Amino acid sequence: MRYDDVLGLIGNTPLVGIHELSPNPDVRIFAKLEGQNPGGSSKDRIALKMVDLAEKEGALAPGDTILEPSSGNTGIGLAIVARRRGYRLRVVMPENVSVERRQLLEIYGAEVVLSPGEEGSNGAIRLSEALAAAEPGLVRLFQYGNPANPLAHYETTGPEIWADCPEVDAFVAGLGTSGTLMGVGRYLKEHKREVQVVAVEPPSGELVQGLRNVADGFVPPIFDPDVLDRKFIVRPRESIEWLRRLLDECQVFAGISSGAAVAGAAKVAREMDAGTIVTLLPDGGWKYLSSGAWTDDLDEVVERATKINYW
Amino acid sequence: MAVTVRLPTLLRVHADGAATVDAEGATVGEVFGELTSRYPALADQLVDGNGGLHKFVNVYRNDDDIRYLDQLDTKVVEGDTISILPAVAGG
Repeated sequence: MRYDDVLGLIGNTPLVGIHELSPNPDVRIFAKLEGQNPGGSSKDRIALKMVDLAEKEGALAPGDTILEPSSGNTGIGLAIVARRRGYRLRVVMPENVSVERRQLLEIYGAEVVLSPGEEGSNGAIRLSEALAAAEPGLVRLFQYGNPANPLAHYETTGPEIWADCPEVDAFVAGLGTSGTLMGVGRYLKEHKREVQVVAVEPPSGELVQGLRNVADGFVPPIFDPDVLDRKFIVRPRESIEWLRRLLDECQVFAGISSGAAVAGAAKVAREMDAGTIVTLLPDGGWKYLSSGAWTDDLDEVVERATKINYW
Repeated sequence: MAVTVRLPTLLRVHADGAATVDAEGATVGEVFGELTSRYPALADQLVDGNGGLHKFVNVYRNDDDIRYLDQLDTKVVEGDTISILPAVAGG
């Protein structure tokens, strides 16, 4: 393998069997290890695609500053792509994300603006809107509303899964911006109509403050509910328990939201007769070592996960 | 059917501060009907003008989003938990 630069490493991540975790002996589970991307997460794909399209549309000129609300991974992906291409980057991030995310952003040369932790990603979006209004020259890519986000997964992640695992019966992934599920879901259904597309999500709305009423809520503009067949909550305790099983039984070291994805895959496996599930693990475990997720008392880690934004 | 309804922080102000409320009904819609007859201010927060689920509210029967079950017609049985959460940005 030989690439002209680090951006060539984005995508083409491996599928790895984690069949030990299937509660149903007739269902196999494969995990797509997105931590293998150069910036360490699936968000490298959308960072590259959003910048490519913005360049093509003439929305970015050398020396421009990109402004993006992100709880970390999109920011890290953008930091790499922006620096390679000669743009500056300002990331608006909730103050309570894992310390490693912030460190990585700073290492890659991004400017970090912190938003109130208790407002979650909603707060980061709101603050970035205020910053953009005050400084009109900033270029906003806005992963929540940018069609390049699902398109990146439609053009790369989906075809990779289809090529490596055409026997896929269900695809399970975390919801987040919904870009992964929209892009992969559409691609897989075009090739195999009966594929089940399943979203898992943390109970974020329980914790987010600063909403006066439900009308202040947020649904990403790129989200199309019709692409999904099912959606359910995975709570922090279950996510951490499955994250530990992933390491203990499969020796796969993944990020905290991967625990929720695997919990979701196991739930789907339990309810299937037989078949194959692909689940996407958005990042590796490196950025969460400080969380104590693998080492500390489970109750303490779960309590911490209600205060720190690991998703 | 007696079910437990979990309210998010945001909506507790409309339900005398309660975090959970027990209510009766055979479907989520019926449970919401009883809930909103007791706490009328909740109505605007749960359903839209057409009687459908409010766009920015997610409702779960035992953690499964009812939009992918039978929406407000989703059946409930004794002991189920219905969780209401505001839709917020993730990722």
